[in-house]
Amino acid sequence: MTAATVLAPPSAPTTRRGDFGNLLRAEFIKLRTVRSTYWTLLIAFAANIGFAVLAASVIAPRLSAHDRAQVDVVQLALAGIHLSQIAYGVLGALVVTGEYGSGMIRATFAAVPRRRVLLAAKATVFTGVTLVTATASTFAAYLAFQAALPANTLSGTALSAPGIARAVAGGGLYLTALGLLGFGLGVILRSSAGAIATVFGLLFVPPLLLDLLPGGWKNDVGPYIPMEAGNQVYVAVQHEAVALAPWTGFAVFCAYAAVAVATGLAVINRRDV
Amino acid sequence: MIEAVTLTKHYGAVKAVDGLSFTVPSGTVTGFLGPNGAGKSTTMRMILGLDTPDAGTVTVNGRRYAGYRRPLREVGALLDAKAVAGGRSARNHLRWLAASNGIPAARADEVLRQVGLGSAAGKLVGGFSLGMAQRLGIAAALLGDPPVLMFDEPVNGLDPEGVAWIRTLLKALAAEGRTVFLSSHLMSEMALTADRLVIIGRGRLIAQTSMADLLAEGTGNHIRVRAAEAAELATALTGRGARVTTEPDGALRVTGATADEIGELARVRGFGLAELAEQQMSLEQRYMELTHDAAEYTAAGTAPTAALSTK
Repeated sequence: MTAATVLAPPSAPTTRRGDFGNLLRAEFIKLRTVRSTYWTLLIAFAANIGFAVLAASVIAPRLSAHDRAQVDVVQLALAGIHLSQIAYGVLGALVVTGEYGSGMIRATFAAVPRRRVLLAAKATVFTGVTLVTATASTFAAYLAFQAALPANTLSGTALSAPGIARAVAGGGLYLTALGLLGFGLGVILRSSAGAIATVFGLLFVPPLLLDLLPGGWKNDVGPYIPMEAGNQVYVAVQHEAVALAPWTGFAVFCAYAAVAVATGLAVINRRDV
Repeated sequence: MIEAVTLTKHYGAVKAVDGLSFTVPSGTVTGFLGPNGAGKSTTMRMILGLDTPDAGTVTVNGRRYAGYRRPLREVGALLDAKAVAGGRSARNHLRWLAASNGIPAARADEVLRQVGLGSAAGKLVGGFSLGMAQRLGIAAALLGDPPVLMFDEPVNGLDPEGVAWIRTLLKALAAEGRTVFLSSHLMSEMALTADRLVIIGRGRLIAQTSMADLLAEGTGNHIRVRAAEAAELATALTGRGARVTTEPDGALRVTGATADEIGELARVRGFGLAELAEQQMSLEQRYMELTHDAAEYTAAGTAPTAALSTK
């Protein structure tokens, strides 16, 4: 490796973009230049579409008449969310904790000392990419579900049927908010393992604890636990008596993510890296 | 110019940096020396706003680092060459850095060519050797064409050709009027590269001086003289106030007189000189001398014993 020792002439004219635009572009370059992003998105798509096809071709035809009346079409079609949510939660945590793990966060903070603005740019890019891909994957999954559904198995499956389009879009919203929850926990905890464990702890542990509570409390608290609240937005027609309304549930779920992100914003300037 | 004023940083009960004040002027290569744990890296992190000082301030060209909206155009820094995401190519790593500070993307390939990584631009950083990673880190520092450059152990892992390349590069950068601040534990390399030195130990300033002055003040500096009439010369020198001892090989070890004075004295007296040489302590010896008390981690029985160098 030989190299010229002559320094390039003082060059580097300033690009015309505003500073926040520059940060958005930098964060988008980061996100799209590592393979883990593509792997996670591929897993999410495969899970959503794969389970949709499976649900349509295997589960739907075997449902009893009673179950067919009770089942929520979109929840059935988007069964893959149980898997793809892991992909998005992990991705949200990793876009932050990956930098801490490699030590690159120092380069990031040296390049952009205004850490909160940086975090806002990072969150904006992540939210945009997640919202687009997650919504695309839930619609793709639902269309695949419709295509794979044998004739005369379920009714009211058209996207124009009551609640369907909102619920399918809601699947994308749920995944996006979940990704942001992972993102916020990543900022707070700065460790991939810690952030990922906490996201899924928050999702999967409260339902188990809920079972230990007496019935009355269960009905009071149950609808507000993260997964229960978040799931309502991709339920087309509500059957559960104690659940929150779709948008109320989603707002509660977003509040969890917002608390995580806000806490991250609050602590990020105080920390040495 | 980098200016630290009573910079202080604790980690728990440990004072990593303790009331440290120093100045790094522009147009020179300034070496930053100190034993392991002396606080060099902490100081560099504080310069970059990565660590917040408990007390004191540090400014770069008159402003706090965090006050710059596009700091990569003001300060280029290499702290830890391996602290990059391994899954990204060298070019893409520089492209996000460039984008974040509004630097045109084309600059990425420009600096990669400059550091000799032109052919590795598309390769994943994870597969880089330490030497290649150092070059990438230097490329990142040069990206914004900044007037101030800071390098923590830049020659670490480089082959001899790479070491020589860095030396030339750093001198060239300083010659262009830039501020160049670098830390290294390789004293011989530092002696060749730096014009000025900031030496710290246990978080405190030990010396801040030019390389020439530091070496000139070595307590072991002397003049070595071999002459046929050694005894007579010794007497004559002692008579003029110099201190003279005899080396095992018969040569005289003279302090308190300059080589010019000794030569002139020998000429006047008609003594033939076989050798007249200024013996200066090496930077390594001066460094050991200055930092011996401040070294935090030392092995038993390792007093500095390296030979004196001939100026």
